[in-house]
Amino acid sequence: MLEIALFTCLALVVAALGLNVYRLTIGPDMPDRLLALDTMYINSIALIGLLGLWLNTKTYFESALLIAMLGFISTVAVCKYLLRGDIIE
Amino acid sequence: MTLHLLLEGVIAFLLIAGGAFIFIGSLGMAHLRDFYMRLHGPTKATTLGIGCMLVASMLYFWGTEGKPDIQEMLITLFLFITAPVSAHLLAKTGLHLKLKHADKTLGTPVELRPEEVGEKPVPHPDRGHD
Repeated sequence: MLEIALFTCLALVVAALGLNVYRLTIGPDMPDRLLALDTMYINSIALIGLLGLWLNTKTYFESALLIAMLGFISTVAVCKYLLRGDIIE
Repeated sequence: MTLHLLLEGVIAFLLIAGGAFIFIGSLGMAHLRDFYMRLHGPTKATTLGIGCMLVASMLYFWGTEGKPDIQEMLITLFLFITAPVSAHLLAKTGLHLKLKHADKTLGTPVELRPEEVGEKPVPHPDRGHD
């Protein structure tokens, strides 16, 4: 039961990443692409969690935490750049 | 170590629900018509999906190793705190850049003052401005 659920979830997350790449490619404006990247890092955290479940190890959760922090910081930095033309005023 | 059948069912349900929510959020982002509509998908559905998935992972390792681990809850908490903040900044960026929006999207950015959309310089009271 757990294996079927794991592979279904993996397929759904990979399909979601494909949709994000689609929006990242065609996105008409800069904030659309930024939103696509923001969603992509969240989906890659999900992918890392699923990899940890698959390999039955907890080693990869530190990297998930790191990706969460750096992704948030980079989203905020690019937003500040688009809003003010500068990151640190 | 084998898991209890009920716990395994709960974990499988949470995994499927998480994957479905993540997929629906990304589908909304790829499919909807303008930026303000697209912002809804990832900020709500995807955050709930990743919360479900990390709780499932925490339950699995709790069941197999016998002691709870705080790390997954830490990632979930961090994402739940940061998702609204980045969504708010993205919406402000969209308003600032005056993106085109569909006719169905109601509301105009009336709350932005002229100095926030770059039409007037920002006043500095200590430099003699009002």
